[in-house]
Amino acid sequence: MLDDIDRRILRHLQGDPSQPISALADAARVPQATVTRRLDKLRQTGVLLGTEAIINWKALGYAVEVSLRITLDKTQTRAFDDFLVAARKVPEVIEIQTFLGRVDVRLSVIARDMTHYQTLYRDSILTLPHIADIEALMQVASVLDRRELPL
Amino acid sequence: MTSISLDPADRALLRLLQQDATRNAGDLGRELGMSQPATWRRIKRLQEGGVVTGRSLRFDLEKLGFGVSVFLGVKLATKGRVSLEDFERAVSAIPEVQTVEHVLGLYDYRLRVVARDLSDFERVLRRRIMTLPGVGDVEANVLLSEERRPGPI
Repeated sequence: MLDDIDRRILRHLQGDPSQPISALADAARVPQATVTRRLDKLRQTGVLLGTEAIINWKALGYAVEVSLRITLDKTQTRAFDDFLVAARKVPEVIEIQTFLGRVDVRLSVIARDMTHYQTLYRDSILTLPHIADIEALMQVASVLDRRELPL
Repeated sequence: MTSISLDPADRALLRLLQQDATRNAGDLGRELGMSQPATWRRIKRLQEGGVVTGRSLRFDLEKLGFGVSVFLGVKLATKGRVSLEDFERAVSAIPEVQTVEHVLGLYDYRLRVVARDLSDFERVLRRRIMTLPGVGDVEANVLLSEERRPGPI
């Protein structure tokens, strides 16, 4: 389990994942060697999985983002597997989540504009297997995208 | 909105950065068969063009003690009376709330909430979410699995 030093290091690192070890050590008030050792251990134990680049799809011309909430036909035993395999093949699907609740699966789909979205929806989404019901939430604005956990 | 066009080398570079944003230009260039300065210039262009906006740490949430992630669909009960700004400001101040999206459809807002376990989630829901200004119907779906896809690059 994590101790207070681990949490302090991660708390400061997640605020600015690009900062050098020396700055992180100062902010967390721990010696540099400790920071290096702790981060190595957090990576080895799989707590810290990696650092990824944040991509702004709007800058690449994808102005539309839609959240599709999908209910699957659970009388089909392979509904989840078949659906997920097929959904992974649609490049415009940027996120796939499965749930316990009223919704089974949610897809985040991006498109250049509404015309592009309409084409995608008809040709790539509605053709996915075992869909029983589908409802769309169109993103108007991202109000908060906190990439920091309450550690 | 003007958007940046990518050539195949940019796309390959973006895919590598998506997986690991800490790799330097020399290392990335070697894998892609480009020189360090050429790779560096491409990274710089992607950053200055607003395509790569920063870095984000990827955690195993369960190992960090966050055993439960829940997505909430929230409908405002009193639209107009309580301004959207009031709701947005209050919801954004809750540390367990990770993302807030204003959406069109069945709900007005979509929230992602992290919690230690289901009883911790219940505490957040009762004390923090249900008491937000203007909050109406709330639907909760507990996240079972999640995968981020590389997207159309």
